[in-house]
Amino acid sequence: MALLTCEHLTLRYDTLTVINDLSFSVESGDYLCIVGENGSGKSTLMKCLLGLKAADGGKLTLGDGLKRREIGYLPQQTQIQRNFPASVQEVVLSGCLNSHGMHPFYTKADKQRAAEQMDCMQITHLANRCYRELSGGQQQRVLLARALCATKKLLILDEPTTGLDPVVTTDLYRILSHLHEDHGITILMVTHDVECAVRHAGKILHIGKNVSFFGTCAAYQESELGKRFLDASASEGGHCCGGTKEEVS
Amino acid sequence: MNALSEILTPEYWSVILLPALIAGIAVSFCSSLLGVSLVLKRCSMIGDGLSHVGYGTLCIAVAMGWAPMQVTIPIVIVAAYILLRLSETSRVQGDTAIALFSTSALAIGILASSKANLTTDVSHYMFGSILAMSRGDVILSVVLSICVILVYLLFYDKIFAVTFDENFARATGLNVRFYNLLIAVLTAVTVVLGMMMMGALLISSLMIFPAVTAMKLCKRFRSVMIASVVISVVCFLCGLLLSLCWDTAVGASVIAMNLLAFTTASVNGALRNARVKRLQEQEQEETWQTENC
Repeated sequence: MALLTCEHLTLRYDTLTVINDLSFSVESGDYLCIVGENGSGKSTLMKCLLGLKAADGGKLTLGDGLKRREIGYLPQQTQIQRNFPASVQEVVLSGCLNSHGMHPFYTKADKQRAAEQMDCMQITHLANRCYRELSGGQQQRVLLARALCATKKLLILDEPTTGLDPVVTTDLYRILSHLHEDHGITILMVTHDVECAVRHAGKILHIGKNVSFFGTCAAYQESELGKRFLDASASEGGHCCGGTKEEVS
Repeated sequence: MNALSEILTPEYWSVILLPALIAGIAVSFCSSLLGVSLVLKRCSMIGDGLSHVGYGTLCIAVAMGWAPMQVTIPIVIVAAYILLRLSETSRVQGDTAIALFSTSALAIGILASSKANLTTDVSHYMFGSILAMSRGDVILSVVLSICVILVYLLFYDKIFAVTFDENFARATGLNVRFYNLLIAVLTAVTVVLGMMMMGALLISSLMIFPAVTAMKLCKRFRSVMIASVVISVVCFLCGLLLSLCWDTAVGASVIAMNLLAFTTASVNGALRNARVKRLQEQEQEETWQTENC
């Protein structure tokens, strides 16, 4: 059974229909990128997947024993967070709260888990540093470690490369590939960067005003919609990511 | 100092000063803890909004001849809930909603009191009078501060998560609304008690100042909390002493002390930043020179 299934999903803001009759599924082990123009409802769909917004039609089901609170989430950073006085360890630990229930304090197992994830993200040496003093890339790693504390199965990322420089972006895609291949974590990413999506993901979900596409990357590149979107992105000079690492002077 | 030793008779101490001291420390304690959450969540104006609502309600209560505290506290709690919901759901922006709601409440209150010709009676709540707090007010302050301490001890980790990232907390199954409501209710009670002490016009700065000062000094959430409480209580004690020595208004003195602490911390921070920057520039220059050689 699929990890996550959407059937005829419709999402609305009051009278404005943002997503109409969308069906797709995420299998365990997928690497799915959700692309689309601005205002096509990517963020709204993400809110629904995370349970922050109820479906207005159709249904969303979780399978494979995945529970709602076992989804790891990497949100877009807000201004509040950038200036937040907290140590890296405090932030990462807060990802462990979902397994708690009513227990008021962090357990030894939680701290162990946080330490493991910080190790995995290579930020152990930053554990006592202040979050707001880190660089954008380091902050992203901290939030990723927090998301990994919350999940062993599914990671949902919301525009993770926004505001990162090319080197850090490359780095992030490498980490994601590592998580996907070596740790078997299913990855679902919303992105505006369609070239990167095609290069790294296994499947693409393109949502648009009237048309949508769901299938493998290869099929997407062959499709009418994919061609048009990729061309537009290329002519605009979309920045390089992944693959070869750019040299910085 | 003469004046101080003259007025500090044992009677004055036990009847007036001691209750004021207890209530003041309790309210400073609560407001500084809650203040950290409010400032970080970008809703520092909620304190201000609630104090307007509180003052308005107080006017009505006095005009109607009701017991002021018993009426004001529940209504301000309801107002806190409404304000929170307004900023959550409505398309009116949070700060606009607070401004509209709170000034309306204030206006209605003042209308009621002016109709009943009681303006002289309620106006001292504008600036507060800590030395005139009743025994009941003092007990309530102590009970409140115990509640706040308990809540922060038991839910510390969750409050951190909700403050740092509401969406993440909600996505991982935390009952965000409950914790927001908890903070709102405690804030409401603190604001009403603080209004008796500091005055409706000054209470919100009692919540904001210690938190902002602590944030300038500390880098961990936990140490920000602790520093905020220490700063708040110390500033209160200094302010009270100042007001006794120089016979100034208590609320204003306490805020002046907070302003002093904040300025000191800011200057200190600016100097430290400048030093770090200078060191970095020096280092850069050195590496530059060695590379060129």
